[in-house]
Amino acid sequence: MSGEDIVISIRGLVNRFGNQTVHEGLDLDVRRGEILGVVGGSGTGKSVLMRAIIGLQSPQAGSIEVFGEQMLDRDPSDPELLAIRKRWGILFQNGALFSTLTVSENVQVPLREYYPDLPVRLREEIAAYKILMTGLPDNAGPKFPSELSGGMRKRAGLARALALDPALLFLDEPTAGLDPIGAAAFDEQTRALQETLGLTVFLITHDLDTLHAICDRVAVLADHQVIAVGTIDELLALDHPWIQEYFNGPRGRAAHGQSTYQKRDS
Amino acid sequence: MVQIGLPRNANWPTVVPMMQPADLIESNDAQGRTVAFTGSLTLADLGELPTRVDAIPDDVARIDLAEVTQIDTIGAWIVHRLAVRTQAQVTGASDEASRLIDVVSRNDQVLESRPVPPHPIVRILEELGTATKMTFQTMVGLLGFLGAVVITSFMLLRHPSRIRMIAVVQRIEVVGVSALFIIGLMSFLVGIVIAQQGSVQLEQFGMEVLTVNLVGRLTLRELGVLMTAIMVAGRSGSAFAAQIGTMQLNEEVDAMRTIGVSPMEALVMPRIMAAVVMMPLLGFYASVMAIIGGAFLCAVSLDIPPVTFFQRLREVVPLTDLYIGLIKAPVFGLIIAIAGCFQGLQVRGNAEEVGLRTTAAVVQAIFIVIVLDAIFAVFFTWIGWK
Repeated sequence: MSGEDIVISIRGLVNRFGNQTVHEGLDLDVRRGEILGVVGGSGTGKSVLMRAIIGLQSPQAGSIEVFGEQMLDRDPSDPELLAIRKRWGILFQNGALFSTLTVSENVQVPLREYYPDLPVRLREEIAAYKILMTGLPDNAGPKFPSELSGGMRKRAGLARALALDPALLFLDEPTAGLDPIGAAAFDEQTRALQETLGLTVFLITHDLDTLHAICDRVAVLADHQVIAVGTIDELLALDHPWIQEYFNGPRGRAAHGQSTYQKRDS
Repeated sequence: MVQIGLPRNANWPTVVPMMQPADLIESNDAQGRTVAFTGSLTLADLGELPTRVDAIPDDVARIDLAEVTQIDTIGAWIVHRLAVRTQAQVTGASDEASRLIDVVSRNDQVLESRPVPPHPIVRILEELGTATKMTFQTMVGLLGFLGAVVITSFMLLRHPSRIRMIAVVQRIEVVGVSALFIIGLMSFLVGIVIAQQGSVQLEQFGMEVLTVNLVGRLTLRELGVLMTAIMVAGRSGSAFAAQIGTMQLNEEVDAMRTIGVSPMEALVMPRIMAAVVMMPLLGFYASVMAIIGGAFLCAVSLDIPPVTFFQRLREVVPLTDLYIGLIKAPVFGLIIAIAGCFQGLQVRGNAEEVGLRTTAAVVQAIFIVIVLDAIFAVFFTWIGWK
C-alpha cells in the first residue's frame, strides 16, 4: 500500500486520564475512500480516539498524521493545520447542533467561519442543497434543532459536517438512538454520500447492522490497542474471544445472516 | 524548508489545497457566448469566482468544463446555477463533474433559512398575549403548588416518621452553613455603607449620633432579612430549580414516582423545611453582622466607641424590630424554596429549559419577597410596631 493512500496514520498513541490508561501504543491506518468502522466495548476509548485525531484531546505520546501532516504538538494557528481542519467534517453523537440557530444557519456556520467572502445568497443555496442531500425534507431549513426528531437532528448534523465538502468524515455512533428503519436509511444515506463525494469515513459504532451494511473494514479496540483491522470475514477468522463474542453472539449472528442474505439477494 | 500552505504530499490531488485557482474565460463565436471554467473548482480555490459568475449576462450558450482540474459539490453547484439561469449547455465535464452536477441538481430547491417573522403588530400582540397567559399560568401553578406543600406538610405533621431528616439536614448545611461567610461579609459591608451614608446626611444637622438608630433599626427591621433573602434566592433558590430540573430531565422524578416515592416528600419538603428553618437564623446573623459593620464605621470615623454604640442601640431599637425580622424571614424562606422547587419541576424537554427555569425561579422569588416585604411594612406599622 503506497503512502498517499493512507488518510489517517496513528502510531504509538498513548492516552491516559490520571491513573487510567485508555490507549497504550495504539496503531491504526485509515485508507483513502474507505468506510472504517471502529468497534470496542464500552470504555475502550473509541470516542477518545476520535477526539485525539480531531485535536480535542492531547495524547501523552505517539503520532497522528492526517493527510500526511503531523497533527500533534503544533501551534493551533498553524495555517497548514487550519487547511486540514477545513478538509474534515465531524458528526457528534447527538448532532451537537447549535440550539440557537436554525438548521440552515447551522450548516452555514462552517462556511461563514472559514470562507467569510462567500456571497450570502450562495451560502444559503449551498446550505439548502446540503440539507436536501442528507435526506431532510424541504421544510427543514428554518426549523430549530429542538423542533427536530432524533433522526432528523443527526441528518442536520451530517449536513453541517458536509458543509465544506470534506474529504474525511468522522461519525460518532450515527445510528445510536434511531429506530431500525431510520438507522437503515441513515446507513444507506452515508454509503450513497460516501460514494458520490468520494469520502473517507471514520465511523464509531455499536450497531452490528451498520458494520455489515456499509463498512469496508472494521477496527477492533480492546486491551488499550487496536487488536485487529480487517473485513468482518477476516475478523471472524481470528480467535480472539472478544471478537468472537461480538460478531458471533446472538445479535452478531443475526446481523451477519441478514447481510449475507441481502448480498445473495442483490 | 517547508512552504506555508503547501502540503508535503504534493501528488495528492483531492487533498492539496494549493491547486491552480478557479478561473473563467468568456469568449464569443458563431454559436454564441461560451464560458470556460478552468483550474480547481473547489470551495478552497474559488476566490472571487462566485461574484464574477453572478455578473455573467444571460445569453450564454455553452459552459465548458474541459479545463477544470478538480471539482467539488460547491463548484458543481455554481456551474449548475449558471446553467439553469442561462439555459446553457454544459460540455467537457469529467465523470466526476457530471456526477456531482447531477447530485446537486437533484437537490435544487429553495429553502428558507429562518422562519418568516409575522407582522410586527401581530408579533407584539402575540408576545403580549403569551406573556399574560404565562404569568397567569405561573400564578395559578404556584398557588396550586403552595396547596400541595400545605397538604404534604399536614400529612408529615400527622406522620412525622416520614420526614426525611437526613435530606433536611443536608439541605440545611447547603442553604445555611455554607452561606455563612458570604452573607456575613455582605451584611458587614452593607452595615458600613448604611452607617457611612447615613452619617454624612445626619452630620448636616449635627446628629451623627442618630447613625446608631439608623443602623440598628434599618438592619433588624428590613435590610438584614431582605438582603439575606436575596442572597438565599440567588444561592439556593436557583440551586433548587437547577437540581430538580436536571433530575426531571433525567426522568429521575418519574422514576421516583413509579417506585412509590413522592417527589413532594423526598425532594420538595426537605428543601422547604431547610429554607424555612435557616432563613430566620441567617437573617438574624446578617442583622448582627450589619450592626457590627455599622459599629466598626462609627468607631473609626465618628469617634463613637463600640461600648457607647451598643448601649445606645439597646435604648433606641425596640424588641419589636427583631420580631418583625424574625416573622418575615421564614415566610421569605418558604417563598424562595417554593419558587425554586416549582420551577424545577416545570422543566420539560431540553437542557436550555433548566437555565430558563432557574432564572425564572430567582426572579420570581426576589419579586414576591419584595412585594411581601412592602405589605409587611405597612401591616406592622398599622398594628403599631413602629
